Amino acid sequence: MAECHRIQVSENGDVTVVRFVDRKILDEADIQELGKEMYALVENDKRKNLLLNFTQVEFLSSAALGKLINLDKKVKANSGTLKLSNIRPEIYEVFAITKLNRIFDIKEDEKEALSSFSS
Amino acid sequence: MGLLTLTRRHIAGLSDVFEKLGPFFLTTMTDDGWIWTHETVIPSHQEASRQVVREILDRLQKDEWIEQEIFAIHLSLEEAMVNAIKHGNGYDTRKTVHVVYRISKERFQIEITDEGDGFDPDGVPDPTNDNHLNALSGRGVHLIRSYMSEVKYNEIGNSVMMEKLRTA
Repeated sequence: MAECHRIQVSENGDVTVVRFVDRKILDEADIQELGKEMYALVENDKRKNLLLNFTQVEFLSSAALGKLINLDKKVKANSGTLKLSNIRPEIYEVFAITKLNRIFDIKEDEKEALSSFSS
Repeated sequence: MGLLTLTRRHIAGLSDVFEKLGPFFLTTMTDDGWIWTHETVIPSHQEASRQVVREILDRLQKDEWIEQEIFAIHLSLEEAMVNAIKHGNGYDTRKTVHVVYRISKERFQIEITDEGDGFDPDGVPDPTNDNHLNALSGRGVHLIRSYMSEVKYNEIGNSVMMEKLRTA
């Protein structure tokens, strides 16, 4: 696996759990890097089940949303499953306003998300 | 990197900017009840933009605006500044972004003007429409309109006025 600066990656069974290094995801260059690192998990490492845990994420710009959508497309193209969890209310509101809560499978917490992979 | 000093070159450039602004924005430039008013010209660089945004958020926090409203303003600022620097000025560091912001007890107002050719904000596809939900970009204007109390673009579309009314 390539070196990651914007994400922390761990395994839980056959699910790859991704956490974000930055509390505020708004810098253009960092978002580009974030996208590359997440895509590499699917395209290079061929991981199928991905959980993005948003614990500690306080801020998210629309550029970051674009990366998440692209990631979702890549995961689906690889016949995998992407879920999101631990999203703060103010961040969830961003997903709701953009209606992206309809595209992403968003769970309350990591435990609920992980158990939903096997069901 | 500090804010760009107003040099003669930029003052000359500003006159072009004000020509494009037109009469609409001049009528709102009063100091009616404003506690803070700040005007600056920054290069088309994220670091310069970040400094202005940080200054605004610090002032709002000092004035004890609630977190929810600071978040709304912060997100709108990030989206509007990216629009100006990236889409308006094409990241050309020779081009500048003119920023004027005002804060009163009841409201926050900002005008952001780039040196680009402008765009039609009503021509941006609705990102919440099923056909565009999966688009990789195009949500900035929608987010700004959702979070701010009032949003107005000038005729050309290279200048935006955003206002947030304080509710708490």
